[in-house]
Amino acid sequence: MNGGHDLGGMHGLGPIDPDPDEPVFHAEWERRCFALTLACGFLGEWNIDMSRHARERMHPAKYLETSYYEHWLIGLQTLLIERGLVTEEEINRRMGEIGAEEGAE
Amino acid sequence: MTDHDHDHATLPDTVLRVKALESLLVEMGLLDPEALDRLIDTYEHKVGPKNGARVVAKAWSDPEYKARLLKNASAAIAELGYTGRQGEDMVALENTDRVHNMVVCTLCSCYPWPVLGLPPVWYKSAPYRARAVSDPRGVLAEFGVTLADDVEIRVWDSTAEVRYLVLPLRPEGTDGMSEDALAGLVTRDAMIGTGLALTPEQAKGDGK
Repeated sequence: MNGGHDLGGMHGLGPIDPDPDEPVFHAEWERRCFALTLACGFLGEWNIDMSRHARERMHPAKYLETSYYEHWLIGLQTLLIERGLVTEEEINRRMGEIGAEEGAE
Repeated sequence: MTDHDHDHATLPDTVLRVKALESLLVEMGLLDPEALDRLIDTYEHKVGPKNGARVVAKAWSDPEYKARLLKNASAAIAELGYTGRQGEDMVALENTDRVHNMVVCTLCSCYPWPVLGLPPVWYKSAPYRARAVSDPRGVLAEFGVTLADDVEIRVWDSTAEVRYLVLPLRPEGTDGMSEDALAGLVTRDAMIGTGLALTPEQAKGDGK
């Protein structure tokens, strides 16, 4: 499947700009997203090819404008919903609840 | 624009979504938050390019080990205790005076976790994935590496199954150095192929 992820040879993406002092994770949400994805892999509901496919099905424009761990997050959410473990409504409701709690602090 | 800049643009929604998924899965009894903490600790603090540097230093020091590494990298790397996910099927690529190897994952971010840890942002970024295969010399120049024109560059595109470790050229002036000291010359980028191993003088400098 070719899509936004199929980047070999694409022009116009700018310099690579390596950061010599890069931390392993750049934010706490990246840490949790990484571990959440690995841990959910242990549930045995999908394999590595399915998780890649879940990321590769992202809209190409969205794929290119989001960061690496956002790809993981979107892929994980797709798999969790498709396997019937959570629903989009449950996720949205919980995001609202957590947002409201944090806003009140 | 770097990946990091992107993080800020979409941050509140992304952070909430991660928290919501964790909270729901923990509530359902499918996840243990402490297991997440352990995974983070492992990959943030315990697994990293120091492992790969031990492999390279041993291959430089022990011709029989090097032969085993080039024949069956997964088994030779496992001899040093480095095993695990995203490194089940390893291939070692030997740099020579005539051939320089460089590794990319154009489709994703496949990377040999047990020997190098998690990949840096640039390895996962669109510019590297796009240009490593079309303009490897230009990419190397961005990393400050210039190779002689008659050195052939081979670019290896990783897959979900096969992961690569570059065995860099042993620097001049390192005869008689111990394995420990040699390991200090082996940078992460040298094992991806976007860098060279450090000379002892460079290693004494800023270590970059």
